This record gives sequence, C-alpha cells and structure tokens, in this order.
Amino acid sequence: MQARSNVSSWLGAIVIASVSAAPIAAQAAEISGAGATFPYPIYAKWADAYKTKTGISLNYQSIGSGGGIKQIISKTVDFGASDMPLKPEELDKNGLTQWPMIMGGVVPVVNIQGIAPGQLALDGPSLAEIYLGKIAKWNDAAIAKLNPNVKLPDMAIAPIYRSDGSGTTFIFTDYLSKVSPEWKDKVGENTSIEWPTGIGGKGNEGVAALSSRTAGAIGYVEYAYALQNKLTYAKLVNKEGATVAPESKSFQAAAANADWQKAPGFYLLLTDQAGKESWPITGASFILVHKVQEKPDTGKQVLDFFAWAYANGGKMAEELAYVPMPGRVVKLVDASWTANIKDPDGKPIWASR
Amino acid sequence: MGVSLSVPTRRRIDRQRLLDAAFRATTQSFALGVLVLLGGIMVALAAGALPVFRKFGWGFLTSEAWNPVKENFGAWPAIYGTLMTSLIAMLIGIPLALGIAVFLTELCPPIMRRPIGTLIELLAAIPSIIYGIWGLFVLAPFLQLTVQPALVSTLGELPIIGALFAGPPLGLGVLTAGVILGFMVLPFIASVMRDVFATVPPMLRESAYGVGATTAEVVRHIVLPYTRVGVIGGIMLGLGRALGETMAVTFVIGNAHRVKTSLLAPGTTISATLANEFTEAVGDLYTSALFALGFILFVITFIVLAAAKLMLLRLEQRAAK
Amino acid sequence: MTLYGRRRANNALYLALSWMATGIGLAILFLILWTLVRNGIPALRFGLFVENTPPPGSRGGLGNAIYGSVVMTAIATLVGTPVGVLTGTYLAEFGGASRVASAVRFINDVLLSAPSIIIGLFVYGLLVVPLHHFSAWAGSVALAIIVVPVVVRTTEDMLRLVPATLREAAVALGAPQWKVIVLVTYRAALQGMLTGVMLAVARIAGETAPLLFTSLNNQFWSVNMNAPMANLPVVIFQFALSPYADWQELAWGGAMLITLTILLLNILARALASWSNHTS
Repeated sequence: MQARSNVSSWLGAIVIASVSAAPIAAQAAEISGAGATFPYPIYAKWADAYKTKTGISLNYQSIGSGGGIKQIISKTVDFGASDMPLKPEELDKNGLTQWPMIMGGVVPVVNIQGIAPGQLALDGPSLAEIYLGKIAKWNDAAIAKLNPNVKLPDMAIAPIYRSDGSGTTFIFTDYLSKVSPEWKDKVGENTSIEWPTGIGGKGNEGVAALSSRTAGAIGYVEYAYALQNKLTYAKLVNKEGATVAPESKSFQAAAANADWQKAPGFYLLLTDQAGKESWPITGASFILVHKVQEKPDTGKQVLDFFAWAYANGGKMAEELAYVPMPGRVVKLVDASWTANIKDPDGKPIWASR
Repeated sequence: MGVSLSVPTRRRIDRQRLLDAAFRATTQSFALGVLVLLGGIMVALAAGALPVFRKFGWGFLTSEAWNPVKENFGAWPAIYGTLMTSLIAMLIGIPLALGIAVFLTELCPPIMRRPIGTLIELLAAIPSIIYGIWGLFVLAPFLQLTVQPALVSTLGELPIIGALFAGPPLGLGVLTAGVILGFMVLPFIASVMRDVFATVPPMLRESAYGVGATTAEVVRHIVLPYTRVGVIGGIMLGLGRALGETMAVTFVIGNAHRVKTSLLAPGTTISATLANEFTEAVGDLYTSALFALGFILFVITFIVLAAAKLMLLRLEQRAAK
Repeated sequence: MTLYGRRRANNALYLALSWMATGIGLAILFLILWTLVRNGIPALRFGLFVENTPPPGSRGGLGNAIYGSVVMTAIATLVGTPVGVLTGTYLAEFGGASRVASAVRFINDVLLSAPSIIIGLFVYGLLVVPLHHFSAWAGSVALAIIVVPVVVRTTEDMLRLVPATLREAAVALGAPQWKVIVLVTYRAALQGMLTGVMLAVARIAGETAPLLFTSLNNQFWSVNMNAPMANLPVVIFQFALSPYADWQELAWGGAMLITLTILLLNILARALASWSNHTS
C-alpha cells in the first residue's frame, strides 16, 4: 500500500508539473512550420539570427514540400513551405494563400572518381535519358559527346531521386518535361512521381548523402546542399545552347525575366528560362498560410518573421547562393498579406508597409 | 461457525471482502484491457485502410503502382520487399542461430556459458536504429565494394540464378537489408533455440552418447527432433520480428517502389514505406493506402506470431510432462 | 574412409561451423560497438548534454533530445508499469488457467513482438489526428503501449515464482487476499518485477518508429508536452541520413549514448535478477 501511494503521488506531481508548464511554454513564443528541404539551409540560418534578435523560435521541420502542404492543410503547423506552388484553384479550395520567399537553383551532382566539381557537362535530353534508364553507363556516347576532354569511366550510373513528396522534384521534373517529350509523356512532373529507375533518398539531405556515398551516382539537389557538402556538381546546357555553371549569377539571370505581377496567386515557374547566362533549373520556394488566421497573434508573428527575412536576410541568402526576391516582388507580397490574410472577424492582420 | 463476532470485526471483514472483490475486478479489467487494446489496434487500422480497399479492391494487393499524385496505389512492391528481406534474413539467421545454440548447449565450457550467452543476448538489446546506421555507414559500402561485385561476377554469370545478382552494385538494396535483418533476428532465434534445447531430458542425450554417437549426431538425431516444434516456434518468432522491423531496413533498402528480380536492386518494405512517407502523405487516399499497408503488415505478423506462440506452448506443455 | 572416419569428419565439420557461427555473432556485436565508440567519442563533450540540436553548420548538442527521451520514457514507464503489473497480477493470482487468462497471455505475447510502427500508427489515429497536432503525450502513450506487454510477462513470471508457502502463511494469519498479494507477494517478487521494468525501459529507450508520427521532433528546447518534442532516436534518424558532417557526428554521439545506456540497463537487470535468485 505504501508503494502504491508513493507512485500515485509522484504521478500526480508530474501531471501537475507538465500541465502547469504548458502555458508557460506557450508564452515563450514559438512559430512552427514544416515543408520543403530546398530552402531549409537558409531558413535555419534566418531562424537562428531571428532568435538571437527577438527571442522568438522558429521550429521548422524539413520534411519535404508534400509534407508541408499536408501539415498546413491539416493546421498542425503555423505555416507550410513548398517549392511547388499551388494552383489558384487549389489555394481557394483549402483557404490558403502563398508567396515566393526565396529562389535557388537545382543542380545535378555526380560521384565519379577523378571528376572535379564543374568539370562534367550535361544537357536536358541526356539528363532525362539517364533518369529514364536509357543511358546506363557513364561512358555512353551521348555524355561523351558533351565532354570531349573528360575521361569517363565504364561505370554504371546510379540515379538518385527523392523518395518523399518534394518540390525540388517538381522543379526538376518540370524541367525534364520541358526538354524531353518522352519524359513528359512517360513520367510527367510532380512532387512525387513513378521513377523508372534508381534509388530514393529522403529530403535534399538524403539525396546529397546518398550521392556522396554511392560510387557512380547522379542526384539532383538544391545548390546550397552541393556547396555545403562539397559535392561534385555538373554544368548544364541551357535553352540558348550555352553551357552554364550553377552559381548566383546564373540563378539571378534566370530569375531576372520573371514577371511576378502577372501571376495570379504568385504561381510562376522559372525552369528553362531564356537568356544566355540563365541556369535551366531555377525555382522559387513558397510559403503557405491560411487566409483566415484562427490565432491572429501567431499569424502576425509569422508575417513579422518573413518581413524581417525579406528586409535583413538577403546577405545570408547570397552567402548560400540563394537569390533573394527582388524589391518589387516584396512589395507585391506585402500588399497580398494585407489583402488576403485576415482574422476570424474579417480584419486584416497585416498593415502594409 | 459457533463463534459470534462483534459488529466492528464483522464490519472489518466485510470491508476486506469488498476490497478483495474490488482488487480482483481492477486487475481483471486491466487484463481485459489488453484484449481491448489489440482489438482497438485492428479496428483502427482496418478503418483507416477501408477507403483504399473500397477504391481498388483486392487489386490493391497485386498492383505495382505507387503514384501519390495520380492517387494510384499498389501494395505489391512493399509486400514483396517485406517477404524477400525476411526470407534472406531467415536464410542467414537460422544457420547462425543454430550454430550458436549448439555451441552454447554442447560445446561451450560451462564457465564461458553465461558470459557468451549474455553477449549474444546483448545483440538483441541493441536498438534497431543502431543496426540501421551501422548498415548504412559500414555494411553497405563494404558490400558495394567487395561482396556485391564478387557476386555479380561469379553467381551473376550462372544461367538461372544469375538474374538474382544482376545489375550494378549499389550497396543499398534488398540484399543488404536482408543481411542486416538476419543479424538482427539472429539473437532472438538463438536464445529461443538455446532455451528449447535445454528442455531435452538429459537421459535422452546421455543414452545417445552412451551408444557412441558424436555430438553432431546427437544434435541432429536427438535434440532437434525432440525440440522440433519449439525450434520452428523460435524461427517463426524471429520471422515475425523480421517482417515488422522498421529502422534497420529503412536506412539501407533504397526506397524504390519497384519489384525487380535482382537482389542487388533497391526496393521497399511495408514498414520502410510507412516510416518514410507517413508524415507527408497528402490526401485521404494516400493516408488510407499507408494505413492499408500497416493493416496488411499487422495481419501477416499476427498470423506468424500466433502460430509461433502456439508451437512454443505445445513444446512447453510437452516438456512439463 | 571408414564409416567411423566419415562420422568423425562430419562431426568435426559441424562443430567447426558452430564455433564459426558463435564467432560471427560475437564479431558482429563487437564490430557494432567498436563503430559506435569510434564514431561517437569525438562527439563526447560537455556541450553534448546541455546545448540544443543546431542547424547544420553550427555547433550544438543533443540536450533537448536527451531531455525529451528521458521525459517520454519516464512517463511511458510510469503509465505502462501499473497497467502491466495489474494485468500480470490477474494472470498469476486470479486467472490461472481460465480461458480468459489464456487468451490474455496469448494476445500479450503477440503484442510483445508486434511491429512498433503499427503501434505508432494506432496512436497517431487516436491522439494526433483528433487533436490536430503532434505531442509528447502521444509519443509517451505509444511507448507505454510497448512497455505493457513486457511488464505483464515478467510480472506474471515473477509472481508465479513466489513460493505458495509464503502466501499460505499470510492467509493463515488472517490476511485478506488483496493484502496477501500487495504486502507479501509483491514484496517477495519485487526484485524480479524491477528487472522487468528495467528491461522495458531498455526496450523503449531505443524505439524510433512509434515516435516518428506521434511526437515528431523539435529543434529547440521544449517542455511543452502538448507539442512536438525532440527525442534521441528521431534526431539520430534525421541527422544520420543528412549529408552534414557535424550532424552525423552528433548522430553517432547519440547512438553511442543510447546503446551504452541500454546495454548497461540490460546488464544491471540481469545482475539484479541473478542476485534475487540467490537471495530468495
């Protein structure tokens, strides 16, 4: 009997302690988000700097664009992040609004002994054929033709793709669909597709890890991942026939011609853009929030963070070779916040700056 | 009962009887709670799985599609991967477990029996995620660089079974996952076998030795036939664990929703699919497809584990005689 | 070769294979432990325990993950142990060989080996979906469901081991049945039951799958049980699969911590069990 009453009093103490800790924890402000792994490196950097400045924590779970969309629709997080923008009909159906937060490039990375970063060149059609499984070895004629001065080994190609629902996959396959009719026909573009061949990795992190670990691998990752992990990236031949390397310059060239004003719901894709210096696989990463904010204070905190990131995060973004959104787009986004995001009584929670 | 009890004493006795009944009722309800829990799990899984079965019917079990966007799902690659990796795990784990059980019961000097037995059981205590990262960082590269190319160039050249070892050596895949699983279930099967071997009456063993049988012959002709039911029970217990194992497999299976003949190819299992895709399944049908996979896994493991339990029970009853 | 020679050669072969099998088993154990220690030691520093999980590229530790694991393991044990003990008591003291008791024993053993990811799925449907958020409570419940069958099994076995004479002596002194069980039998079997609890703790300390969709993960320090909470296994899962060297180092450090804790608990539980065997 003694043992039983001791246990129950301990239990009671813990229950009371946890229950009373909950409201205290809630006051230490925390905004939660989940989604794309594409922008995760820069969001993590911003969150760290923001917490030092304001004490507000941003808990971002990088689980893939598919996960981000799911979590925001089921309201388990304050905002979702996705590299695949939702179409205006989908936004309306779920009561969401979206805006582009940051832009970056998706680069192919390879793991071939003796080949240095930026040494190998590929083009759209050959990339599609590799992922279709039609080009199976590195010394295939099609690859050799693009790389006359590189010694390619007689090694099997191991294509690595995203096993999770991924906006990076969407950007990559959107590009492949544009440059290869066979790809568009057989596979198509989306966050999750039926890959004809290869190994699946979870998140940009997983693809980067698998690519660096598997001999003969080719994968596609957001450029910051290639930079941070010193992966061997490849050059691509763009729409104009010029061979470009992935870097801030080529991403910005691709982004320069984007006409955000004409895009309803900011739905705009930046793959295979014109321009001699443009990187063919560029894309933007979007943030999704509900139009009606049931917790207006949290909603305002989310917008405060992103406004701060727009104003102060540009330099950090460029260090990681992301492309910050141009000022005129930021103004459009700001206006959309006031127009679209309201509290349950219909009052906008954001005053335009 | 000629004793007349005072009222307070009678009241105390009645109170104790009440407490007795209350205690018994409490323990009984908790025990029934275990049954309710199992029932609850089955109902929850079945309810979650219903939509996808309603849409695809039994075809869901044989379809190889897995397209979350077009909402076309099929369980076959996951089921195939689960069965295949478990099969490989059994092929590796059973002989090793048998060897270890024979060693511990027949060959080992008695002083070393406890320490070595404990060490083998520590293998069982290592969490599966550790097996997973060990597999990813140590075993997979090792297999990719040594064993797999050797398999491809030797067994891969043979006419029929060559197809099992075709394709580029990637390190990750069905074979690697099966090997890791084999290492994981090995201690479970070994400890059941060891316990079951110990139930053989010493007289039986000694009479065999008495007529001049070698140790191997005693094991093969006396111990194994006697403990046959228990050994099979232990094997099926190991199989049940292998079928449901998640973390060890997720790291090394390659996450490909495809069925290929080659063991070197990447694939997926039910639990690996769940671990990888559950948090991001958008759409009710996708979530339902995952619940359906969970339901199928639960049914498979339930059948295997129930059969194993029955067999072990029978052996225990026999040993008690 | 004579028949006898063949038999001896056969015997030698099979016994050699047995030695080899044991060697392989032990080699795997040591290989794994060696890999853990070699990769985990570089991560061992004081900061590992007090700093929180960092974004890639920054220094950090596993403080919030360790806290989350400890809290959820503790709550799961506190919730699961009474349930398991009471059920085991029923099976040992009241149920006997009745149909209900046999069924409960059978189902309990099945639950003991059931895939833990299924448990996670079940708790997701029960506690995450209706409440619209992940929580450490859901994670604790999932772990508690795994604790229960282990404790039931060991409690029943240990209670059965208590000699009938002890019980009979108590009854002869006039104790009601519940007092016999609680004050006499429990005390006699206490060490064994504690062993069972320690084994259960060792089991759930390393479980990842049930936490994947119940408590999720949290990169910051959080004591809010109603929200996602960091925990070691999921952090290891995430960090090990990443390409960042500092994250991988933390993953190995966490893996080493978990494994050493679990192995220690197992060895202690075994020592406790054999000590109680010698004293009882």
